Amino acid sequence: MAHTKNHDYHILPPSIWPFMAAAGAFAMLFGAVNWMHGSGPWLFLMGLAAVLYVMYGWWADVIVESNAGDHTPVVRIGLKYGFIMFIMSEVMFFVAWFWAFFKHAIYPMNMYEASTYVPPEFYQVDAFHLPLINTLILLLSGCAVTWAHHALVHNESRKDVEWGLLIGIVLGLIFTGLQAYEYWYLLVGQDWTFGGDKFFSTFFLATGFHGVHVIIGTIFLFICYLRVRQGHFTAEKHIGFEAAAWYWHFVDVVWLFLFAAVYIWGI
Amino acid sequence: MADAAIQQPEHDRPGFFTRWFMSTNHKDIGILYLFTAGVVGLISVIFTVYMRMELMEPGVQYMCTEGARLTAAAAGECTPDGHLWNVMITGHGVLMMFFVVIPALFGGFGNYFMPLMIGAPDMAFPRLNNLSYWLYVAGTALAFCAVFIDGGAGPGWTFYPPLSWQDAPTSRAVDFAIFAIHVSGASSILGSINIITTFLNMRAPGMTLHKVPLFAWSIFVTAWLLLLSLPVLAGAITMLLTDRNFGTTFFDVAGGGDPVLFQHIFWFFGHPEVYIVILPAFGVISHVVATFSRKPIFGYLPMVYALVAIGGLGFVVWAHHMYTVGMTLTQQAYFMVATMVIAVPTGIKIFSWVATMWQGSITFETPMLFAIGFIFLFTLGGVTGIMLSQAGIDRAYHDTYFVVAHFHYVMSLGAVFGIFAAIYYWFAKMSGRQYPEWAGKLHFWLFFIGANLTFFPQHFLGRQGMPRRYIDYPDAFALWNYVSSIGAFISFASFLFFIGVVFYALRFGRKVEEKAYWGEHADTLEWTLPNPPPEHTFETLPTREEWDRSPGH
Repeated sequence: MAHTKNHDYHILPPSIWPFMAAAGAFAMLFGAVNWMHGSGPWLFLMGLAAVLYVMYGWWADVIVESNAGDHTPVVRIGLKYGFIMFIMSEVMFFVAWFWAFFKHAIYPMNMYEASTYVPPEFYQVDAFHLPLINTLILLLSGCAVTWAHHALVHNESRKDVEWGLLIGIVLGLIFTGLQAYEYWYLLVGQDWTFGGDKFFSTFFLATGFHGVHVIIGTIFLFICYLRVRQGHFTAEKHIGFEAAAWYWHFVDVVWLFLFAAVYIWGI
Repeated sequence: MADAAIQQPEHDRPGFFTRWFMSTNHKDIGILYLFTAGVVGLISVIFTVYMRMELMEPGVQYMCTEGARLTAAAAGECTPDGHLWNVMITGHGVLMMFFVVIPALFGGFGNYFMPLMIGAPDMAFPRLNNLSYWLYVAGTALAFCAVFIDGGAGPGWTFYPPLSWQDAPTSRAVDFAIFAIHVSGASSILGSINIITTFLNMRAPGMTLHKVPLFAWSIFVTAWLLLLSLPVLAGAITMLLTDRNFGTTFFDVAGGGDPVLFQHIFWFFGHPEVYIVILPAFGVISHVVATFSRKPIFGYLPMVYALVAIGGLGFVVWAHHMYTVGMTLTQQAYFMVATMVIAVPTGIKIFSWVATMWQGSITFETPMLFAIGFIFLFTLGGVTGIMLSQAGIDRAYHDTYFVVAHFHYVMSLGAVFGIFAAIYYWFAKMSGRQYPEWAGKLHFWLFFIGANLTFFPQHFLGRQGMPRRYIDYPDAFALWNYVSSIGAFISFASFLFFIGVVFYALRFGRKVEEKAYWGEHADTLEWTLPNPPPEHTFETLPTREEWDRSPGH
């Protein structure tokens, strides 16, 4: 070969995924705007399908490259840095929602001079009832994932890793189910509405975005579960697993803040 | 081996589609960024020329509800179309901020030269790098939808509610703009992750943080600002989106919401954004000034920490954009003092550039002209910034043309001069051909005169009390508006001339074989490479002797 690389960094062949992802994203968002303004959801759904397909294909490529040995130690450090920064940006995303919540909680508009806004009376959720149970479920799920992580790092039986992950995933699913139940109960059974008041707005958007992250995290853990069964991870090399675990803990921590702020203090 | 496919000799370059649509090469992606930013920049500049045509004389002659026109309408034939005006200012602001300056400096030059300067073979995540670029294109497409569909979005680039949601039932335009910013934000966040990881993980052996060239440092600090501020903006505009379409009331007073909340969250992003725009230009200027003064940069370490300090302070001064919304005196006092503190690191940079030039053997090639122009004009914009930072004085200047003059001095005359300095500095490095020096100089003088003629009179207009964002004005403001419009036309002519120079030089420019064609003081690693650099650079990592030219400093 005329050119040989004499370093451990990962030089990649050309790839169509980025172009397809952007085209899909454009179709999805263009479709979303039209859908919000009364057209059908079809363009949105097609774009979404393209984006999901790219995610599948792209990450499948990454796994193939990982198994082919492209992820040398220095590349693995880079992947870790990258994922930590992704989580940092996610944290900053939630900062915006907490900012909105705290602003309205500390300085509600009805305290402003000449304000005609009267906060509505609505059903008060008991934070130490279902929300507390949900908190425990999510934390327990984090424990299970940590158990799996330790089993992996200390080279214990793969069964332990699988069980830890599986328990974490199931608890994550239960959390999502209970959240859905709570939404249903509040919206259908009680007098809550989506939006219409600043409390409902922050409640549903903040917990809703957290919920989306729980679902993404659950999928991420499930992928790791499949990869564990395939034997992709070793005690030294399991970036995908580590990233999933970090993500899951990040979701945990966001929930703790939501629980303290929105549920205990806010309602 | 998965890499085998790209380990090809030079003459066996990939085909057109593979090279430009499927790229995983930081240099090609940098070129893509630069060209796209150039095209979007041209369109965005055309908007401003149209705006200056309208403002050239009192009364409304061009933007009529009867139809936008290119020749002046006779008196009485034109009903002013204020919405079209608003669409123009919004389009200009959004495009310039998100789709021209950041992609050119951070995406283009950051991608191309940051890895070269630190001796990295490519970016840390080459495929992700291309996603950043194509998401930027997708965002641009959405931004153009926001300008051209349903009459266009007109709330200004700041999207303050209630202006930004009152048209929700009838117009999709603001929704397109919101998604455009989401997508460009995702692009920039991914780009930042890539840049930070590359910077931290892939520096040449022995290149400690205190030895990294200043441009690479400036891109690194910029990446942190983008990474930490853009997600907050994403939250704010998501709230706006749900307010518009799903009945939430984050910013709707009727539901207990607060429009001022949006301003806070927006400017928490918006102020770092100002530094995102200017920091990479700082990096460029440091190299250009050192090269053409034939001296190492004065005060390298203070320059680095000044960059870091500006980045950090940028996060704690946001509400100086909102002195008049009714904050408490304590809040105003805090934001005023914090803002003024930024003058200290900025002053360190300005004086270090001046000290670099001091007793240097200066020559005035085009990049140096732009660099000196930058220092002069940025200082001017900085000084008016200090004036505006004072809450009391801001009462008088708020939302006047004085503010317009101020931020165009730091951006249009600061960041854009930085972009041109970088283009002329690295043109032959990227293309292998050199621009004609006389043409570069002519471009500089035309642009320098045109831009100053455009924006300097706007200080006077602002002090006379002319408010910004209006399509028309009383006769008392006629003189300086006329002058300003003449300046804008000269600037536009200089931009067209520049485009001609670029295409001429790309095709007929003199071939440059010498690697460090600006002399020995252009001493960073990109000057050890051929013009243009081969597809894959640093396949053997550079040794310390190649980059450590001044072990003493």
